[in-house]
Amino acid sequence: MSSEIAFPSPQHRRHGSSAGQPLTRRDGVLKVTGRATYAADNHPEGMLYAVTAVSSIARGRVTALDVEAAKAHPGVVEVLTPANRPPLSHDPDDKIPPFGFRVEVLQDDTVRYVNQPIALVIAETLEAATEGAALLNPQYEVESARTGLENGERFDTPAVGVGAPSRTAYGDIDAGLAAAVRVTEADYVTPPQYHNAMEPHAVVAQWDGDRVTLDMPNQALALSCAAYAAYFGIPAGNVLIRSPFLGGGFGSKAILNGPQILAILAARMLDRPVKLALTRAQMYGPVGHRGQTWQKLRLGTDGEGRLTALHHHVLAATSSFDEFMEPAANASLPLYASPAILAEHDGLRLDTGTPGPMRAPGEASGSAVLEVAMDEAAIACGMDPLEFRLANYAETEPGTGKPFSSKSLRECYAEGAKRFGWSGRPLEPRRMRDENGFLVGWGMGTAVFHCPHFPAEARATLRADGTALVETAGADMGQGAWTALAQIAAEALGLDPDQVELHSGISSLPDGGIAGGSGHTASAGLALHNAGVDAIARLAELATADPASPLFGAGNIGVEARSGRLHRRDDEGRSESYSEILARAGQAEVVGTAKAARDPAVAEAHALFSHGAVFAEVKVDPDLGQVRVTRLVGAFAAGRIINPRLVRSQYFGGMIWGISFALQEEAVTDRRTGRIMNADLAEYHVPVNADVPSLDAILIPEDDPYVNPLGVKGVGEIGITGTVGAIANAVWHATGVRVRHFPIRLEDLLVNQRDVTSAFGN
Amino acid sequence: MSLSIGLTINGQPRTVALDDPRVTLLDLLRERLDLTGTKKGCDRGQCGACTVLVDGRRINSCLALAASLDGATVTTIEGLADGEALHPVQAAFIEHDGFQCGFCTPGQIMSAIGLIAEGHAGDDPERIRELMSGNICRCGAYQGITEAVLEAQKTLAERNRRDAA
Amino acid sequence: MNRFDYIRPVSVPEAIAAAAVPGSAYLAAGTNLLDLMKVGASRPERVINITRLPGLDRIEWLPDGGVRVGTLVRNSDLAYDERFAKTFPVVAEALLSGASAQLRNAATVGGNLMQRTRCAYFHDLAGACNRREPGSGCDALGGENRLQAVLGWSEHCIATHPSDFCVPLAALDAIVEVEGPHGGREIALDTLHRLPGATPEQETALLPGELIVALRLPAEASSFSRNARYIKLRERTSYAFAVVSAAAALEVEGGTIRKARIALGGVAAKPWRAREAEALLEGKQATAQAFAEAAELALAEARPSGDNAFKIELAHRIVTRALSLALEGTPQAMPALPASPFPALSGANHVI
Ligand SMILES: Cc1cc2nc3c(=O)[nH]c(=O)nc-3n(C[C@H](O)[C@H](O)[C@H](O)COP(=O)(O)OP(=O)(O)OC[C@H]3O[C@@H](n4cnc5c(N)ncnc54)[C@H](O)[C@@H]3O)c2cc1C
Ligand code: SF4
Ligand code: FES
Ligand code: FES
Repeated sequence: MSSEIAFPSPQHRRHGSSAGQPLTRRDGVLKVTGRATYAADNHPEGMLYAVTAVSSIARGRVTALDVEAAKAHPGVVEVLTPANRPPLSHDPDDKIPPFGFRVEVLQDDTVRYVNQPIALVIAETLEAATEGAALLNPQYEVESARTGLENGERFDTPAVGVGAPSRTAYGDIDAGLAAAVRVTEADYVTPPQYHNAMEPHAVVAQWDGDRVTLDMPNQALALSCAAYAAYFGIPAGNVLIRSPFLGGGFGSKAILNGPQILAILAARMLDRPVKLALTRAQMYGPVGHRGQTWQKLRLGTDGEGRLTALHHHVLAATSSFDEFMEPAANASLPLYASPAILAEHDGLRLDTGTPGPMRAPGEASGSAVLEVAMDEAAIACGMDPLEFRLANYAETEPGTGKPFSSKSLRECYAEGAKRFGWSGRPLEPRRMRDENGFLVGWGMGTAVFHCPHFPAEARATLRADGTALVETAGADMGQGAWTALAQIAAEALGLDPDQVELHSGISSLPDGGIAGGSGHTASAGLALHNAGVDAIARLAELATADPASPLFGAGNIGVEARSGRLHRRDDEGRSESYSEILARAGQAEVVGTAKAARDPAVAEAHALFSHGAVFAEVKVDPDLGQVRVTRLVGAFAAGRIINPRLVRSQYFGGMIWGISFALQEEAVTDRRTGRIMNADLAEYHVPVNADVPSLDAILIPEDDPYVNPLGVKGVGEIGITGTVGAIANAVWHATGVRVRHFPIRLEDLLVNQRDVTSAFGN
Repeated sequence: MSLSIGLTINGQPRTVALDDPRVTLLDLLRERLDLTGTKKGCDRGQCGACTVLVDGRRINSCLALAASLDGATVTTIEGLADGEALHPVQAAFIEHDGFQCGFCTPGQIMSAIGLIAEGHAGDDPERIRELMSGNICRCGAYQGITEAVLEAQKTLAERNRRDAA
Repeated sequence: MNRFDYIRPVSVPEAIAAAAVPGSAYLAAGTNLLDLMKVGASRPERVINITRLPGLDRIEWLPDGGVRVGTLVRNSDLAYDERFAKTFPVVAEALLSGASAQLRNAATVGGNLMQRTRCAYFHDLAGACNRREPGSGCDALGGENRLQAVLGWSEHCIATHPSDFCVPLAALDAIVEVEGPHGGREIALDTLHRLPGATPEQETALLPGELIVALRLPAEASSFSRNARYIKLRERTSYAFAVVSAAAALEVEGGTIRKARIALGGVAAKPWRAREAEALLEGKQATAQAFAEAAELALAEARPSGDNAFKIELAHRIVTRALSLALEGTPQAMPALPASPFPALSGANHVI
């Protein structure tokens, strides 16, 4: 296959010509015809299959592996174990910043979590490699597993998430609580969750001398190249990663993991291409997850329902050997006005794989709990939950007092409430029934997400035929980057998106930064925008310096790029097409390049966040406790919207993750052994189509002159925040039962109406 | 042991020499016949990514032993478009943004085609949702999927009426 | 998956002869067998494909009004067979509430009956499991067992049988026709699956090599067609196994219950027929009170096998619900969400 990856296929329906239009996806045709190639679809000549054998204990040592039995299976070529694993050039116990984790690559016989790779079997067929791995029959020396609060090891941590402070204090929390008329206090638990992108992690590795080509889904191409280069002792430029399509990532494909490194190593060792695809079960361990949290919220309120104190304490689980803790308490920092806010975290070491960033890391689990606590506080104050939030509206960033670069949360509340029909909502629970006697409940939550920006680079080439090629090593894991980025570039280049060819998803292109933190459109987009502007400037130089051009001498006045032509700014009638300019100059093309990053002064001076409000209706069977989310309405303000069709899909996806978090997802761990008893997709539930009868996302217009020159904020993760709390609050409103753990299950709601009615109002 | 079976795949009769009786239809398509449009999401019947039509019915190809399908007719995502013209279901998926990452999409589309052919959902969105529930989409494109199936269902019904007239 | 010999018999006697060799397994659609082979919980040395056996894929109506369904009839074909769905609506509803459309298109009658437990420890080779490996112990006891059995379990095994289909079949006195090395015989569906006792590995009444060839529903079972429902509680709206489920079928005349049939799913190692509860209802007025008493009786023997006391309460409530819905009458058309307690949402607002 060619190493160039292009997304020219502009078969999308035309609605208009530039950014802001709801174009259909550029890669749509490839995806609906099965021609989009994901990593595991590659099959180079002579390829071998690798399958990892994984540990079934959470802690201890592997004492024996029946390598002979595996090798005796026809077709098995090699078995990699700690005994024969070739050396790596970088110590796998030594993390590679900024997102490097300690990886398990058979460096020793220690087992630190269930599903850790303990061997790699390579064979001529997938069937042989799979059975070879099964035949290894590992023996262990087992140590007792630390699986929960009772036996986990607590520790102080200076940082949570990726380098976020673990403790942030504004004002005097004790004074705030002392001054409160009421203090609402409760404990909450969120479960371990696994990304479970539909596409299992995979790699096809091919070596050519000291160069390696990796077909793999990857959310951070340049960083990954550097890290692989370090592990394999080769220059970063010798690593080529091709990631034209990712079958979902959600954070789990931004970070290197042991199995993929082992497969690459095997390919080098055997001098043949090797393919490895994790099984679904094997994704419950070495590729990150959302760690469990235990959270305590204390909300002090005054007589008017205004917060006097907001204290959010989180105990966050991580592995025994590395740190990634859900920065959940930090979700309480940017949202509600309070004279005193304290967000703090402790760590808990368990014998699990290391958690990692999973769609809205920290924000999701923190917001889930904060929004429930806010609901509880509103009820305690006898206020409508929306009214209560408005009473605590933050005009500037709480704590820092920084102005928001833009904040349209009020509009989100208003529009969302209107579309949902919130105004008739009774304060008390268990007051609404549908025509079939089902309990109906309405709840709401506020959505918020920060706006990171990653450095990125891009190139834009205007070609003799008047079209353009734009290039940046970005990643599209479903958010629609190929389409939105092309729209941004087209706008900068004064072209129709159909005239812009985008190359991306391969590491040989200019560094497109990281596709994470909902910051990819802004980051790679700004680089493309700047490259486009640079290309136009160079083209303008050619034209304005050429006496034969109608634009001659317009250098100081300036030109504008529109519809493939440069126009004199002061005289619309004087213009010339790009191809004419290039032809006369005798140039085949003009190339613009750019690097883009956030202006630190902007970040210093402003609080940068997307906002939203989510309203949920649930129906609950009054006897059986089964819940269905019958309506979700979200209103979100996230700066400028490049493509409303794609953005709506992102919001929907996030909201569905909210349903999942609230009602379904939980990795169930056997407390005795640390084994995950539902490491699959049958018992680890995520929503199916029938769980999602009605979604509505309102795109609130928002003009942000500061966040970046494009005015673009992020949309990929905010949908899950707000939604989880909204659903949990709706369940309370329907049933009168306040569930303080996730997911909310059938049995939580099996109470007698009598008990509930009397419980209300306390 | 090599086992020979006959299959008609996307309209083409083929004789397949199976090198191993353990091969599932999914691994036959993906790893041996270079038909990688069909995806493996779980390999255990739990996600629907591997949905194909066998003798016109949608099934999970990961839980079908290839050897047991001797003589069958198999339609995969690669066999839908007529040259450059998309099948109405494919077109509707694009129009309604019924996917994001696209990994579940071949399975969703094959499932939708199966569903429409079965004829039990009609234009009832709730029935479509229920009968599309064997296809998990982690990206959460369900609303677009439901809308796409509804529209394609109408387009195809219309086409059938025209053809009948 | 282990290596195996693949055998394609062309007749029932040939299949039975092939299966006489120890280590053999019948392969129908494979949606359960292959799954278990992939995780290694099942490692047959010989796989005998029965899907080409002649004559086993028909739905035959018997002169007395009963029906005989060949073992190779696919779950979806049976559920959507018009006459079958009209005559035995509770069976059709149970079938359509199971698995997914794709799986139902493949799954066979016999395969569904013979599917193994979903107990996570049964699938987890690192765990002790008496059912998979007799004498090894039962890791579900004292483990993650919130979904395990509350009726008929023993300290040797607390697993449940996952089939939805079997629940109304047990209620309606279905009969399984079997052929084996020693000829044919009939087994009441209610006795097909065995309670674990001290030998959980003996899952069914089938003897080694015996092949299910057909399933029969007696003509009397059709007398419930107007008042029969299957209700299934799940942790998501669709594509999930039952937490608990219940089939209820009534014959009512002027408010009086003439005949009642009740069976529960997800509560035991077999579909759980509640005969005493049925007897209690017969001759009584169909009232909420009577239904509650019946539910009480149906669950009288229930006890938690772990963190699952809630299932007893749920089972209790679902029996009551299934009975009252059955009394309301079998819906004219199959509900959009078969067996769901939720009625369909009409006109959910997003759809164009
Ligand atoms: C993800 C998933 C979800 C599911 N959800 C549900 C659900 O909600 N409800 C539900 O009821 N089921 C559910 N199922 C199970 C499904 O119904 C069964 O897998 C299916 O019915 C088995 O039929 P089969 O023809 O594929 O059997 P096979 O897998 O071929 O066989 C299953 C077993 O039966 C034996 N067998 C088959 N035929 C015969 C025969 N004629 N005589 C003797 N033995 C025989 C086989 O040897 C094997 O041990 C689910 C399955 C999956 C994978
Ligand atoms: S409950 Fe039964 S099936 Fe489950 S582990 Fe125990 S013995 Fe095995
Ligand atoms: S891959 Fe077949 S159902 Fe998931
Ligand atoms: S589009 Fe990504 S899983 Fe469905």
